[in-house]
Amino acid sequence: MAKTLTQEFVKGLWEEVPPFRLVLGLCPTLAVTKSVENGIGMGVALTFVLVCSNILVSLLRNVIPAKVRIACFIIVIATFVTVVELLMQAFAYPLFLSLGIFIPLIVVNCIVLGRSEAFAYKKGVMPSIADALGMGIGYTLALSLLGAIREVLGSGAILGINVFGPSFEPFQFMLEAPGAFIGLGLMLCIMNFIGKK
Amino acid sequence: MGDYILLVISSIFINNIILAQYLGTCPFLGTTKKMETAIGMAFAVVFVLVMAGMLTWATETFFLAKFGLEYLRTIAFILLIASLVQFVEMFLKKSIPALYAGLGIFLPLITTNCAVLGVCLININEEYTFLQALVSSIAYPAGFGFALVLFAGVRERIILGRVPKPLQDTSIGLITAGILSLAFFAFKGMA
Repeated sequence: MAKTLTQEFVKGLWEEVPPFRLVLGLCPTLAVTKSVENGIGMGVALTFVLVCSNILVSLLRNVIPAKVRIACFIIVIATFVTVVELLMQAFAYPLFLSLGIFIPLIVVNCIVLGRSEAFAYKKGVMPSIADALGMGIGYTLALSLLGAIREVLGSGAILGINVFGPSFEPFQFMLEAPGAFIGLGLMLCIMNFIGKK
Repeated sequence: MGDYILLVISSIFINNIILAQYLGTCPFLGTTKKMETAIGMAFAVVFVLVMAGMLTWATETFFLAKFGLEYLRTIAFILLIASLVQFVEMFLKKSIPALYAGLGIFLPLITTNCAVLGVCLININEEYTFLQALVSSIAYPAGFGFALVLFAGVRERIILGRVPKPLQDTSIGLITAGILSLAFFAFKGMA
């Protein structure tokens, strides 16, 4: 069954949006969503790695022997993660500092490896790009949404702009680990609830 | 000596790798539906991380830092961890089949466990000495195992309860983890 490129792209946005539907790549989802800005930064970095690694894996799919494919995927992914790391150090240093250890940890993000294994290794280049873009943008949107919720409740602001005025007492709790877990849990619940209808 | 005890306590409780540093959340949710799998995963992580911690520290100090190749750290570490896991798997299969039967299925999953790479990178970023790196490579996975076992215990009870449909499985799991992490949050006062 051949899906069109648009379908491959769209499925990442809602049907299979990575952190909610597939429950993959949760660590950065929880850790970097203290603000919308961090969420978008992480999302863009991941999208870049995902698109590049999907292209390369898809191009090399006839060359890579099946037995050592995971090791090959990891090297491809690690290379692009290093590229992102160096680029961010050069052009977005404050963001690099606030994302910290989670930039190199994109290597072990299950989404990237999962897409190489489940999609790019089997399909051509164009569908792989569409798939990676869809997944990446879906991931970015999910991260920004969770980031927005936590930023609004935790510091009363969005993208640094105060929304509630001075009388608002921020929920410090939302910025810390418990808020991340509970916020994501409730978002999953809402997604499930909408999805069932 | 006091420093090391402090390091152990802070790695297990105050900076618990899952509940405070958000690393290794995937196996945390994936393997805690049953107590046995949780314990198996916990031991596999301790086992691999102790070796990976020492090896990556040595690689960084004697090779990467010496030749100014720090930018290759991510690639070098992940390759090291992946081959180490493969090697441990083969070694256990051949020499200690009983242990392999217990840990076997968890070993391949460890390569993509961000807790392992995470702790190795923390050791380097914090500029630990060899002994400190060794202690943290034992204490962090101990905290990982501790959280896994606690969570598995709670989760085995949740399955028996009547959870509303949209909240089932991962959703209620995450909320429970949030409450658990709230409890660990109290340890922050000790620091």
